[in-house]
Amino acid sequence: MIRISGLSVSYGAVRALRDVSLDVPTGQITAVIGANGAGKTTLLRAISSLVRPAGGSIDFDGTELVGMRTEEVARHGIGHVPEGRGVIEEFTVLENLRLGALHGRGKLAAGLETQFELFPALASRRKQHAGTLSGGERQMLAMARALIGEPSVLLLDEPSLGLAPIVTRDVMMTIRALCVDRGLTVVLVEQNAMSALQVADRAVVLHLGVVAADDRAEVVRADENLRHYYLGTAS
Amino acid sequence: MDAFLTSRNVSDILHGLVNGVVFGLVGLGLVLIWRATRVLNFALGAMATGGAYLGLGLLSYQVPFWWCFLLAIPAGMLLGGLTERFLVRPLYGKPEINPIVAMVGLLILIEAVVGSIWGTRQRSVLPPFSYVDFHLGANVVQLSPLAVFQVTAAVVLALAIGALFRFTNLGLQLRASAVAPEVSRLLGVRVSRMLTLGWMLACGVAAVAAVIVSSGFISGLTPSGMEGPFAAGFIAAAVGGLESPTGALVGGVSLGILESFVTDYWNPNLVLPVSLLVLVVVLMVRPHGLFTRQVVRRV
Repeated sequence: MIRISGLSVSYGAVRALRDVSLDVPTGQITAVIGANGAGKTTLLRAISSLVRPAGGSIDFDGTELVGMRTEEVARHGIGHVPEGRGVIEEFTVLENLRLGALHGRGKLAAGLETQFELFPALASRRKQHAGTLSGGERQMLAMARALIGEPSVLLLDEPSLGLAPIVTRDVMMTIRALCVDRGLTVVLVEQNAMSALQVADRAVVLHLGVVAADDRAEVVRADENLRHYYLGTAS
Repeated sequence: MDAFLTSRNVSDILHGLVNGVVFGLVGLGLVLIWRATRVLNFALGAMATGGAYLGLGLLSYQVPFWWCFLLAIPAGMLLGGLTERFLVRPLYGKPEINPIVAMVGLLILIEAVVGSIWGTRQRSVLPPFSYVDFHLGANVVQLSPLAVFQVTAAVVLALAIGALFRFTNLGLQLRASAVAPEVSRLLGVRVSRMLTLGWMLACGVAAVAAVIVSSGFISGLTPSGMEGPFAAGFIAAAVGGLESPTGALVGGVSLGILESFVTDYWNPNLVLPVSLLVLVVVLMVRPHGLFTRQVVRRV
């Protein structure tokens, strides 16, 4: 479980997160939703120590993550698929996956087999440069690269960005399956609130850096006011 | 065949090879550093000299060549590692001119320190190879066992570096840290360590170039002796596009051969102007260099 308490992050004079407290329960999908600029990405970047919080703590199963180096957070079993996916375009699909497996817990050969089974589209493209992949394939590669290290937590930043609705649905179903079958803990940041709420167990609504709601996903989904004020989705 | 091997043009090509591989190695060092940290290391020639003097200068008293040679490489690497860690790292994220100024300062410092310890007299350490050119009958082939050794050493080193980057997990991390530092960190790669290692490799490579310069029979190494090869190596790297190790090596060897032709057919004083002219023309026609795919890098 990741327990975040009193987390504040500032970029210069702009306070991106203000006194944010929330729990990410083990083995569940926690959706973090909210409008552009609500601080969703910043929350993930703080967990991975890519930004230094001005205050607060992030406790991961008894280990304090604030102040730890990014690479050490990763080696503690927290996988992070960043916004825009971050596949290394100059590398082949296989090289991207090799890099992901390097500091993970599993063996490369077994990991490749598992990932190619999970994302069959990648298997036939293993020798191709990642720059030649489509948006959906890149998302698969980014997820496979994070998963091949066998993390216990997966942070996903806007996986649906730029994907066709049907591809988005596939990605969301994969995330759900990972959580159910392997007990993976997922933090799913999404601007596309409805598709995230369909697969999430819990949902946190961020609004201008503050937690506006934190409840079971179906409660948030049913809440007319939340949708109207914070999520901007018509019912 | 004999007439061919001793012909004027083939002689010029062979004659230019040794200089060429030196330029290529210096260019390779520049490319490695540029790719990893986006720093133009103007001190690379001096750092190579420093490494070579630590290896050769200290041990030039009756110590076998091979020990000197083998010591120069770690000495250069050490110099590179320390420079990155303590001089360059505080300047990441600052204006690009800052590390350039720091490197020019380091260049002057190293040349002064080396000069004050070992003097400015030319030094050479002779490898156990003959400097007498091969003969075919009465004709001279412009190639000596020494030159064969020098070129072979450079080629083996370049291949080893290439294999390291292409085939090993360490190379994978070095490349990843250079092109995508943040993503690499998210995957558990200790990027700072990789950048230091990149500098160490580059300076080790350059130190070998300095050893090759110092192992010439007529020529030798002085504290400022790598300035010329640095300028040529820089041109070679820039012609290749600063991003391409292969480009730097091919560019270096081509430049060495071109200089040999200019010297032979024209005038030794025109070597540098012609080299610079090549650089200007290449950059005018292909601003990204000859060996770089034109990708727009997102920062």
